[in-house]
Amino acid sequence: MEKILDVKDLEINFHTFAGDVKAIRDVSFHLNKGETLAIVGESGSGKSVTVRSIMGLLANNSNVPNGQIMFKDQDLLKISARQMEKIRGNDISMIFQDPMTSLDPTMPIGKQVAEPLLIHNHMSRAKAMERAEEVLELVGIPNAKNRIKDYPHQFSGGQRQRIVIAIAIVNYPEILIADEPTTALDVTIQSQIIELMKELQDKIETSIIFITHDLGVVAGIADRVAVMYAGKIIEYGSVDEIFYDPRHPYTWGLLNSMPTLESKKLYAIPGTPPNLLNPPKGDAFAPRNEYAMAIDYEAMPPFFKVTDTHYAATWLLHPDAPKVQPPAEILRRHELYHKYLAEQAKGGVPADAE
Amino acid sequence: MQNNGEPRKKIVEVKHLKQYFNAGRKNEVKAIDDISFDIYEGETFGLVGESGSGKSTTGRSIIRLYDPTGGEILFNGQDISKIKKHSPQMLEFRREMQMIFQDPYASLNPRMKIKDIIAEGLDVHHLVKNDAERDARVEELLDLVGLNKDHMTRYPHEFSGGQRQRIGIARALAVKPRFIIADEPISALDVSIQAQVVNLLEDIQKDQNLTYLFIAHDLSMVKYISDRIAVMHNGRLMELSTSDEVYNYPLHPYTISLLSAVPLPDPEYERHRKPHPYDASIEDESKDRYLQEIIPGHSVFASDDEVPMYREMAEKAHEKQPVNPAVLPGD
Repeated sequence: MEKILDVKDLEINFHTFAGDVKAIRDVSFHLNKGETLAIVGESGSGKSVTVRSIMGLLANNSNVPNGQIMFKDQDLLKISARQMEKIRGNDISMIFQDPMTSLDPTMPIGKQVAEPLLIHNHMSRAKAMERAEEVLELVGIPNAKNRIKDYPHQFSGGQRQRIVIAIAIVNYPEILIADEPTTALDVTIQSQIIELMKELQDKIETSIIFITHDLGVVAGIADRVAVMYAGKIIEYGSVDEIFYDPRHPYTWGLLNSMPTLESKKLYAIPGTPPNLLNPPKGDAFAPRNEYAMAIDYEAMPPFFKVTDTHYAATWLLHPDAPKVQPPAEILRRHELYHKYLAEQAKGGVPADAE
Repeated sequence: MQNNGEPRKKIVEVKHLKQYFNAGRKNEVKAIDDISFDIYEGETFGLVGESGSGKSTTGRSIIRLYDPTGGEILFNGQDISKIKKHSPQMLEFRREMQMIFQDPYASLNPRMKIKDIIAEGLDVHHLVKNDAERDARVEELLDLVGLNKDHMTRYPHEFSGGQRQRIGIARALAVKPRFIIADEPISALDVSIQAQVVNLLEDIQKDQNLTYLFIAHDLSMVKYISDRIAVMHNGRLMELSTSDEVYNYPLHPYTISLLSAVPLPDPEYERHRKPHPYDASIEDESKDRYLQEIIPGHSVFASDDEVPMYREMAEKAHEKQPVNPAVLPGD
């Protein structure tokens, strides 16, 4: 599979009065062409910082001591601001979380959608507006022709997010980054926006990085999933591998703390995430981890291979580690997975052939 | 909820509540349009709906942050919908009913120390005699919500979202209320912290025999925490029943649509999930609709001639194993 984006050994610090916050601590991942990669994690885990660094949108007090972000044989961390401007909004574009604040309230929406065309493609104004209208139609704004002169406040939250998506895709970007695009929306609207993103991905053949903390949304949209905790990726794999056969105790905890139809008592991961001013020496999750071993406090676990596509950074996967019993919920998921795999092997319809 | 044959005590009775904003003017909004429901002592009553459905307004009207346009709200059998502001009755009633707010960042005064935030209710109601007693009570409350006394003299900005929500809970509990309205108390929190706060709310409920009105849009969490659930849409109740009934045997098309839109952390389920779009035209005004009991304990917003249809639906559904509407074949 062709890698369209390759992030290697990325480290990002933020300088504050209290000291340097180590927000991203040695993160590597890649994005394949045409796929959707979901990055999951709690607030402060570094998922938004990671994608902002790809867009070249880091705050002024940041510094990147180490790392590479390779896109089309160039390192996005090394290129000039001017070169980055050519890529941003053109080859790589972004959908932000809050559709209320990511649109300009004083500019008609047609003009906002046409803006990337005027800047990147030097299209004539009339042509750009025509194209804006097409794209607004594509993202499902009814009667787009008569609405391109309307202002953002004249649209509902869900429609505004559709407009934000229209701006992001108007140049057919190769990579679309969506930072919690549905968090501010109601479930029914959320489900429409996600359907729209899936449709658009097929139509314009883009690759998507989808950031969220909602595991339900991830299960529906992702091909692959990376789980972040305290500035590091701690586990990554295909969506089935992460949801049905997770290996890192933090991933177990996350899946276990979601209520299921059967749950009597909710599992809560104890404690809170560490302060990244002074990140812990070993596995950052160790103090909250009931499976933690002595070594977790001593040394950072490397990635251990589970399958060719599935890796997890936990000492539990070391050959010398004692065998532990995952929580009941994880075992239940395991069973489900084996059932699905068996059904598929029997020659039934493959699960993803709709 | 067990029911030992005795009729359960109703702690809150909402009767034909109406809350209009800009009433009588051109821009009138019927935020709540004639709703009725009861909340029993000791239960958790979940109120779900999309933004703009009127669920938060309902909570705010019950605790009298608004003056209802019409209808009655009985608390302990006493009508509180017409109590005057700043009256002794209002003070007394507010001691028994408290609220936990959604946004833990906006609901704590950034310039007050934690102990003063928590003790504000104690001061207003003169529940403590001196500073030593006040501090002791605050300590007790902090301990109850899983914080410690070192936190007393700190300010809100020194706490994380989850901790702030715990402070908000301690503040609500300070005056020993019997009924708490929790308006989206966990939606601003991370997944792992949500579970902590929900467990805390449940533990306190058992411990102090509290009754909750739990307002939320996260349906899976509402299902988990609630004994009964009401589904709200456009200022009206669409469906009301026990949480198991609403989830396993939803009857009203709006509930079915809402449930089918909830994504679950299960990729295989997600591949087959088909959202059912909702057509609001079935709520047309041509018929007189109100919340009617279809089968015992399960009510739906329907007109008289629609009742047999829903009844048949309910009976059919109960013959089969419970199914989530999202995996049914689409139409």
